[in-house]
Amino acid sequence: MSGSGNGHELVQLTAKDFKSDQEVRWCPGCGDYAILNVIQGFMPELGLARERIVFVSGIGCAARFPYYMQTYGMHSIHGRAPAIATGLAATRPDLSVWVVTGDGDALSIGGNHLIHALRRNVNLKILVFNNQIYGLTKGQYSPTSERGKVTKSTPMGSLDHPFNPLSVAIGAEASFVARAIDTDKKGLTDVLGAATRHRGSAFVEILQNCNIYNDGAFAHVREQKENRIYLEHGSPIRFGAEGEKGVVQDADGSVRVVDVTDVEEGELLVHDAHQREPSLAFALSRITFDTDEAVPLGVFRAVERAVYDDLMSEQLEVARTTAGKGDLEALLHSGDTWTVGG
Amino acid sequence: MRRRRSVSYTSEIAKSKPVEQLERVVIRFAGDSGDGMQLTGDRFTSETAVFGNDLATFPDFPAEIRAPAGSLPGVSGFQVHFADHDILTPGDQPNVLVAMNPAALKVNIGDLAKGGTVIVNTDAFSERNLQKAAYTASPLEDGSLSDFHVHEVALSSMTIEALKEVDGITSREAERSKNFFALGLMSWLYHRPVEGTLAFIESKFSKRPEIAEANAKAFKAGWNYGETSEDFAISYEVAPAPLAPGTYRQISGNTALSYGLIAASRLSGLPLFLGAYPITPASGILEELAPLKHFGVRTFQAEDEIAASGAALGAAFGGSLAVTTSAGPGVVLKSETVGLAVTLELPLLIVDVQRAGPSTGMPTKPEQADLLLVMFGRNSESPVPVVAASTPAGCFDAAIEAARIAIKYRTPVFLLSDAYLANGSEPWLIPDVDLLPDISTEFATTPNDGERFLPYKRNDETLARPWALPGTPGLEHRIGGLEKETETGNVSYDPDNHDLMVRLRAAKVAGIAADIRELEVDDPDGADTLVLGWGSTYGAIGAAARRVRASGRKVATAHLHHLNPFPRNTGEIVRAYDKVLVPEINLGQLRMLLRAEYLVDAIGYNKVRGRPFQAAELEGAIIVLVDS
Repeated sequence: MSGSGNGHELVQLTAKDFKSDQEVRWCPGCGDYAILNVIQGFMPELGLARERIVFVSGIGCAARFPYYMQTYGMHSIHGRAPAIATGLAATRPDLSVWVVTGDGDALSIGGNHLIHALRRNVNLKILVFNNQIYGLTKGQYSPTSERGKVTKSTPMGSLDHPFNPLSVAIGAEASFVARAIDTDKKGLTDVLGAATRHRGSAFVEILQNCNIYNDGAFAHVREQKENRIYLEHGSPIRFGAEGEKGVVQDADGSVRVVDVTDVEEGELLVHDAHQREPSLAFALSRITFDTDEAVPLGVFRAVERAVYDDLMSEQLEVARTTAGKGDLEALLHSGDTWTVGG
Repeated sequence: MRRRRSVSYTSEIAKSKPVEQLERVVIRFAGDSGDGMQLTGDRFTSETAVFGNDLATFPDFPAEIRAPAGSLPGVSGFQVHFADHDILTPGDQPNVLVAMNPAALKVNIGDLAKGGTVIVNTDAFSERNLQKAAYTASPLEDGSLSDFHVHEVALSSMTIEALKEVDGITSREAERSKNFFALGLMSWLYHRPVEGTLAFIESKFSKRPEIAEANAKAFKAGWNYGETSEDFAISYEVAPAPLAPGTYRQISGNTALSYGLIAASRLSGLPLFLGAYPITPASGILEELAPLKHFGVRTFQAEDEIAASGAALGAAFGGSLAVTTSAGPGVVLKSETVGLAVTLELPLLIVDVQRAGPSTGMPTKPEQADLLLVMFGRNSESPVPVVAASTPAGCFDAAIEAARIAIKYRTPVFLLSDAYLANGSEPWLIPDVDLLPDISTEFATTPNDGERFLPYKRNDETLARPWALPGTPGLEHRIGGLEKETETGNVSYDPDNHDLMVRLRAAKVAGIAADIRELEVDDPDGADTLVLGWGSTYGAIGAAARRVRASGRKVATAHLHHLNPFPRNTGEIVRAYDKVLVPEINLGQLRMLLRAEYLVDAIGYNKVRGRPFQAAELEGAIIVLVDS
């Protein structure tokens, strides 16, 4: 597991070991329960002792997540989790640091911290529970809500054009970008595994149903499985109940959904998650239910790029090698000094 | 590199003109922002420090990097006060003004003492420059400088002439060496040792040897001009001051604060993490610490002030000595992080290098008006200890003290400095590293309640909670901004629990009073008037009190280094005097706290001009009160 911790002995744990003694307090039927179960089930795969894992969150329904994990955790301030986690990851490379956030937390109040954590490529696993609504404040539209959304704060419909979370992350040159669905245990587990194996920032959008304020927002892909496009590196992109649909790339770089019978087999786009330039991943992020009546899932992009916390540690090592371990007395006496006799 | 020099050092270059002894001198170097006045002042100060005078400096420069050349807003100044005795301030009025152009003369001449000396660069007194400085007639010709001794020196043309044989520099580059010509002249005039400056030039410009040669030549030419020109008939000597034995260096507040943080890291055994976003006048601390990575320092230039403090808090959770530095406009953005640190009860040091406000205000000018911000600028009941530095060198000890409180009590701590302390400098008796305080702490390593770990079970004496680092087996726990149940740290909405937690957090901070130095009063004569200050007014208050006492009056002084909590004897002291004067560079913030806390009718002396107090104005204010 190159993505978390360095050289620690493998530990055999089960999902139960990761359940804290706190009562889970999300609304009955919330998608967060499914995500919590998947993550608690996935954690043993990290092969890390619980004390080496830290969950950091901001504010919102999703942000209560750390309380339910029997690991170290911090429930912090609205939007600030990537910044706080950056300080922790940069000083403690021995830890596996996870950020749990929501669409408002990550992309509205915390948008700045998110893009800067991604561009720096800090070794953080950032899970965005996107339900396209403000749940904890009882149902105002969010930065990922579709335009025209009627909520208590937008009785005539919202005016804002929404963020596409993956497009934002890819635009910030995130080195790992993926998407999964709350109830898709296998898809989410696979993505978490890939995120863990990636050293650097891993951005994972999890489509999460808020059954109270935005029920069914993702029904077109959560319930209608034929609309799921599972991306697999190195394979032609095909989907549908019978694999009857596929994705092709046009000369201008954009991609679109086609019936495979309309194109030659060789014309289907072969997914390349490791392409250095982010343009392909970006083009794939533009496929939405609105544009193509389908939603790509899995790993859009996974490229190796220098990791901020590794670079920081390296600079400290270089400094110690060239200047020697810091000598406080010599530092205080640096520059011009003079001595007054007793 | 360590260099030691004896105080009996004198220049080896022989002098042939008469020498007059002076007790103290205040010189102000002034010119365009691009004229190198800060560098010139710095070098003169270094020469003066090595010579063994006591000194204090006050750099005063515009926020604009290069305001239009020759304009009034573009004037940059550097004042240095040096003496053969112990001094406390950079001096009220310069005795000598070095003015590199008409604008510099215009801005500064009003501060000069009558009978003072003015050295002007006549080459800069062109029609156009006079216009830019809004002079209708040349002050060199209209008699307006008749109260002063004026030396008209063609600094630019003599510098260019002196450098005409230096290969590889343009005449424009030659002209830019004129500040070293001026420095050479001033070094001659006041018998400053020159070797340090020559060595400095060689190392500073080592990548461009031709520039190094030009500057060294200009410097020597300036020195020789003093020696040979009939315009300078005598030179002056200010004997070394009788300082306490030991090894000294010159140090500014930002450097001292940075070294204090390095020392605190070493003394606590915790790695130092600094989260910062560039802001005047605090950036110097980031820039001082960034090259000290071999001390294990991690500096993080964040995307904004919020992230700078957030990353620091994350580092604190992981076991670092976590610091975030800023000035008022950045500190306001950190309020939510400080509030979280209050409830998480993690150590976090927030340094506020105060500057004039509100909002952007005057970025390079000092003020003491963030006291109430750091005391109260958060939502709800969120007490935070406050420590204030009072001298540039004192920033070293203040940083260690603030770190000590943060670590021992698991609390955010504000450390207040200001633009005057940050950039001002003075000689510093370098402390013996072995005599610095032990501020080490212990992390939690085992459960503290049978098999369980209770993250909010407090130490009986300090009320501090255990600091259990991620990575510690068996102590996995969650902390957060929601109110916590006492001891367990679980989320709690219980009314009585909230009341208890609010009171516990307050009691923890209030209890620090038992663990800090008592307020010391300097009252040699049994006065009935007390002058109580805090922060960078220390020097001016001390100098004013000396003058008041010299006039035969009695006055007591005391200076607060801890603003929250106050030292435990503060109430007793302020109530013991009939009259309490509180001078502050704000509209009475400490005064408000003292009146609220101790019900004393403290009187304020308040000016907010973006400048330090002058000893003379405080002397006047104290005398009025003493005589009333």
